[in-house]
Amino acid sequence: MTQSVVVQVGQCGNQIGCCFWDLALREHAAVNQKGIYDEAISNGIKFNFISLSQAVLIDMEEGVVNEILQGPLRDVFDSKQLITDISGSGNNWAVGHKVFGSLYQEQILEKLRKSAEHCDCLQCFFIIHSMGGGTGSGLGTFLLKVLEDEFPEVYRFVTSIYPSGEDDVITSPYNSILAMKELNEHADCVLPIDNQSLFDIISKIDLMVNSGKLGTTVKPKSLVTSSAGAVKKRHQKPFDAMNNIVANLLLNLTSSARFEGSLNMDLNEISMNLVPFPQLHYLVSSLTPLYTLADVNIPTRRLDQMFSDAFSKDHQLIRADPKHSLYLACALMVRGNVQVSDLRRNIERLKPSLQFVSWNQEGWKTSLCSVPPVGHSHSLLALANNTCVKPTFMELKERFLRLYKKKAHLHHYLQIEGMEESCFMEAVSSLSGLVEEYNQLDATKSMPVEDLPRLSIAV
Amino acid sequence: MSIVTVQLGQCGNQIGFEVFDALYTDSHCPQGLCSKRENEAYQASCKERFFSEEENGVPIARAVLVDMEPKVTSQSLSKAAQSGRWKYGQHSCFCQKQGSGNNWAYGYSVHGPRHEEAIMNLIQKEVEKCDSLSGFFIIMSMAGGTGSGLGAFVTQNLQDQYSNSLKMNQIIWPYGTGEVIVQNYNSVLTLSHLYRSSDALLVHENDAVHKICAKLMNIKQISFSDINQVLAHQLGSVFQPTYSVEGSCHYRRNPLGICPLFNLSNKMYVKYTYRNIFFSSCLELFIKCLASFPLIGIDWQVRPPLSGLPTLGKVSLNRELHFNTSIANLVILRGKDVHSADLGGFKDPALYTSWLEPIHAFNVWKTQRAFSKYEKSAALVSNSQFLLKPLDTIVGKAWNMFASKAYIHQYTKFGIEEEDFLDSFALLEQVVASYCNL
Repeated sequence: MTQSVVVQVGQCGNQIGCCFWDLALREHAAVNQKGIYDEAISNGIKFNFISLSQAVLIDMEEGVVNEILQGPLRDVFDSKQLITDISGSGNNWAVGHKVFGSLYQEQILEKLRKSAEHCDCLQCFFIIHSMGGGTGSGLGTFLLKVLEDEFPEVYRFVTSIYPSGEDDVITSPYNSILAMKELNEHADCVLPIDNQSLFDIISKIDLMVNSGKLGTTVKPKSLVTSSAGAVKKRHQKPFDAMNNIVANLLLNLTSSARFEGSLNMDLNEISMNLVPFPQLHYLVSSLTPLYTLADVNIPTRRLDQMFSDAFSKDHQLIRADPKHSLYLACALMVRGNVQVSDLRRNIERLKPSLQFVSWNQEGWKTSLCSVPPVGHSHSLLALANNTCVKPTFMELKERFLRLYKKKAHLHHYLQIEGMEESCFMEAVSSLSGLVEEYNQLDATKSMPVEDLPRLSIAV
Repeated sequence: MSIVTVQLGQCGNQIGFEVFDALYTDSHCPQGLCSKRENEAYQASCKERFFSEEENGVPIARAVLVDMEPKVTSQSLSKAAQSGRWKYGQHSCFCQKQGSGNNWAYGYSVHGPRHEEAIMNLIQKEVEKCDSLSGFFIIMSMAGGTGSGLGAFVTQNLQDQYSNSLKMNQIIWPYGTGEVIVQNYNSVLTLSHLYRSSDALLVHENDAVHKICAKLMNIKQISFSDINQVLAHQLGSVFQPTYSVEGSCHYRRNPLGICPLFNLSNKMYVKYTYRNIFFSSCLELFIKCLASFPLIGIDWQVRPPLSGLPTLGKVSLNRELHFNTSIANLVILRGKDVHSADLGGFKDPALYTSWLEPIHAFNVWKTQRAFSKYEKSAALVSNSQFLLKPLDTIVGKAWNMFASKAYIHQYTKFGIEEEDFLDSFALLEQVVASYCNL
């Protein structure tokens, strides 16, 4: 049984992390009730979620973390696994990365080591943060280097919330670009998510739920946006629904590692199969279904619809259209009552409408987990390594350049020790390099697939 | 003579369980369609081969379960124990906490050496329980990390340590449309390594078995459990005891002594096993199948007969009738009227390569004792050009990927360098060429 450590950094990271633990508790409580796990199995595997993962909470201002500690989840978190400060990073990557980084490096290392010691077999770190702010962005990415040096064998999965176009933090382009460089160099796998897409998904759900078009009611707990409810009562704050989507993403990602299935997929397999070249480790994700109708007998058509939806641009958690871009690899993680024949049928059905790179025409990684998420009979998480992330990065670069040309707000950064203009230049060129790699792959898109001449040997 | 089974990885362990279950169920089938004495001899032979005895009478499978993460092995162990009919040995399981991540290099270069001693010890213990060891049956997949990488490593070790015993690997060929993205790399590395250390490779393609489930068995929603059960049935009908040359009531002692002419390459292919039909029409089908050039779209339409009337199978042959050349064929017949079956068609020289006489290349094993609930059943194990196309396809795809250097960094991280890949490609190209030139 492998464990992961979740490191939640900054306001965004901690709020999402909180939702994640909430839902994880709910999921394991539901599963244990059904008595699927027979503890008489002598191997002594316990699906006790607390022994499953450890959490480290980091924030440079106390508000959010304190709230977590006073809430119903306070017993879940070991108060010794927190690192907080008072002043906050002022939405400044440099403060988060350079100032707090060096200030708290020892403390952070110590907490991480302790978490790792609690783990029987530590497989991966999940870092949750936003790109646009100061702490999540700066300190969060500082952590990556620390983790790489201290635990080189442990995978680093990063869930990054990218700022949308109308972000209220003016310096978010600077913070994002500076953070991108770190992600390029020190993360194993990045799941970019943007707020606008999450918001669109919520609007879509609201529309479906309230329209009454379908004539049947939607199961309340089955909304991918709903919080546990049973475990904790809290006022639905504006970002709650969006955070729940991300929390569901993380739950589904780890489901095959936590539960049984006929075709298991561990976290290290994600990196192995979806990262063909070390730099190209950005995965576009989509979750379906967004809700379940109350009628129990879901015919096959509904199941196939789930697969189709996973590839539509409305279900992606980042503004991207994978169908019209080039796939390098694609993973389908299915949960619930779905069998291999359903999976094969849908892959064969959808394949003609998708473009895969020439050397990976059958670039599918599949997994089947028997346990569905709470409130659903089946669900699908699709992870795609696709060139459709390119526009997001290019837009980010545009916004950065617009600010940088005017030297707006630059002094806040440059006055921090260790920050120079070259840092910005390096970060931009790192991003440009990445975009160039995607461009090269895109150029091969419409070329015919040729079989290369094989090795000829003397018989 | 006994067989020790080594089940590796998720696939190996899931299938292994079904195989032992099928073997047990068959040997304890009440019918048998033969004399009581014969039935008892059959049961005893089966028992000796695959199970060892425990005090309270519950047979223990002669198997070692190996996986790098615990979920599947614990499932297999508990399913067997819960059945109450047979079980796995309490200490026959080797497990770690973290899997191989679909990485052949990790399975071969990291897990292999690290756990070599523990795994070989377990196998040794199982071997010591046998009165006489016939050989090893290693069940693994090619696409993943543990079954493929660790499987190749273990097979090599078995070759070193037990060079006199036969090693047969049951390998599962992944779905053509992709189960694991790096499956072609893993397959190429596995096959090239197994070629050097295994005596025989028994191949089952997921696509083929899936088609059997869909078309012949009409299962609507096919699960891996269905697929594994079909596989287990096929293997059971091949490995259960049959008469030795001395005649009935003496069961063949060496179960793995299949056709001796494997000097060229050791590929075999278990064709579909047909039930409840006359041997003649079934055998006709087999011959047609052997003769036609291997093409994925061979359409089998055999319906179960009504009241014993034979049905005609429809085989759509390729337009150009190439003969699929065989090196060796083995037909296994079980059940009623087994002695009157006409096997003349199999001795046609046209089926075999020019440097072989049919008499050397064709073998038949029989028993009157029926398999499971089928009045008659027939199985064909063939070493021929059947696998040429799938093999060629896999090598081609792996080569294309290799040319772009995709995913190579994942393998070099754990010690498998580009030269190792090239060596593997070279070996497999030789195999492809050899089969082509039959």
